[in-house]
Amino acid sequence: MYQFNVHRIGPEIKLGDIDISFTNASLFMVISSVAILIIFNLGSKKNSLVPSKIQLLAELSYSFVSKMISDTAGSKAKPYFAFIFSLFMFVLFCNMFGMIPYSFTVTSHIIVTFVLAAFIFIGVTVIGFIKHGFGYLKLFVPSGVPMILLPLIVVIEIISYLSRPISLSVRLFANMMAGHTMMKVFGGFVVSLGIIGGWLPLSFSVALTGLEILVAFLQAYVFAILTCIYLNDALNLHH
Amino acid sequence: MLKKIIFQNFLIYFVLFQNVQSAESGGMPQLNPEFWFSQIFWLVLTFGILYVVLSKFILPKISSNLEARKSQILENIETAEKQRKDSEIKIKEFEKIILDSRTKAKNLLNQARKKIFEDINKKREALENEINEEVKIAEKEILDLKNNAPEKINRIAIETSNDLVKQLIGMEVNNSSISAIVEDLSKKNRGKYYGV
Repeated sequence: MYQFNVHRIGPEIKLGDIDISFTNASLFMVISSVAILIIFNLGSKKNSLVPSKIQLLAELSYSFVSKMISDTAGSKAKPYFAFIFSLFMFVLFCNMFGMIPYSFTVTSHIIVTFVLAAFIFIGVTVIGFIKHGFGYLKLFVPSGVPMILLPLIVVIEIISYLSRPISLSVRLFANMMAGHTMMKVFGGFVVSLGIIGGWLPLSFSVALTGLEILVAFLQAYVFAILTCIYLNDALNLHH
Repeated sequence: MLKKIIFQNFLIYFVLFQNVQSAESGGMPQLNPEFWFSQIFWLVLTFGILYVVLSKFILPKISSNLEARKSQILENIETAEKQRKDSEIKIKEFEKIILDSRTKAKNLLNQARKKIFEDINKKREALENEINEEVKIAEKEILDLKNNAPEKINRIAIETSNDLVKQLIGMEVNNSSISAIVEDLSKKNRGKYYGV
């Protein structure tokens, strides 16, 4: 579990009574953000009719996220494009930087994913109430349900709604942590089985690395698309 | 689903009860709250800066780049279409010009031919007239010669017969008697000599 340890880099910084020291987690957040900013800044600097490689990368990511949002949340979600784009890129880059050996995976910490998810949850709820007023509570009353079942359904709907931030954050955190732990375990097998038996777990470890890269992308995508779906609920009340 | 609920229960359990013991147990570092506020602080800071910079500076630029490209491509397509139409019109004009010039050339050729024919005809007529005149003159001369011929011949015949008589009988014969005889003979034999 050493790879998940957070430790202080540099001096202890205190804001009042709260410890906000710069840690390895902070370092990788900064690295991810700076990497995103550098790549997208380079990708948007020059506008040539035939894009360069980095410009193509930036523009493809832009249209990918843009298409994802318009497919799931419709055209009303346009003002939230920048947020979802930043969210997707941040989670993706944190996941991907976590794949580098000896690095730190920011998203493998429940507190980070939970803060993101809670912010999304609160934001979506606020947007829902602003757009629909108390009519937003109709979200908990699905149409076409028999009157007898209604109390039960409403309770279930409310529980499922309230568990959204938990499921969203735990999904990302558990995936990242489980993947990294598994790789650690197989790595440990390689060491303990030595030169004779270590080849099997080593090949497994290689395969897992590929899988983990896929998971890193997929979880970022899932995180962003679930945000879009929640946003869709808030913007277009279908129930 | 059940798994997830169990896992979440465990998680809540950990969060609630392990806070106290996390320091000594050394379990999941994720549940050690020592650096939670630091992580939240840095997350908010970095993500906030990322969001602001992306949304204020970078994403509008990418969006405008994409728009510009789209509009430029559309414009280019439009221009190409326009130019294609223009060139079609030009081709039609060109074909018309060629057709016109062809008919014009034909007309010119016809006119030239006609003119040449006319010239030739005129010249030929003039030549023919000249020839006719010359022929007429020549015919007249011939006729004159023909008409004058008997007289001359008579005169020659008179002189010749005069000389002949002088040679034969050695004496002068009266010229007028000979001429009378010759005249008489020539009148008598006119048809025989000249075919008249």
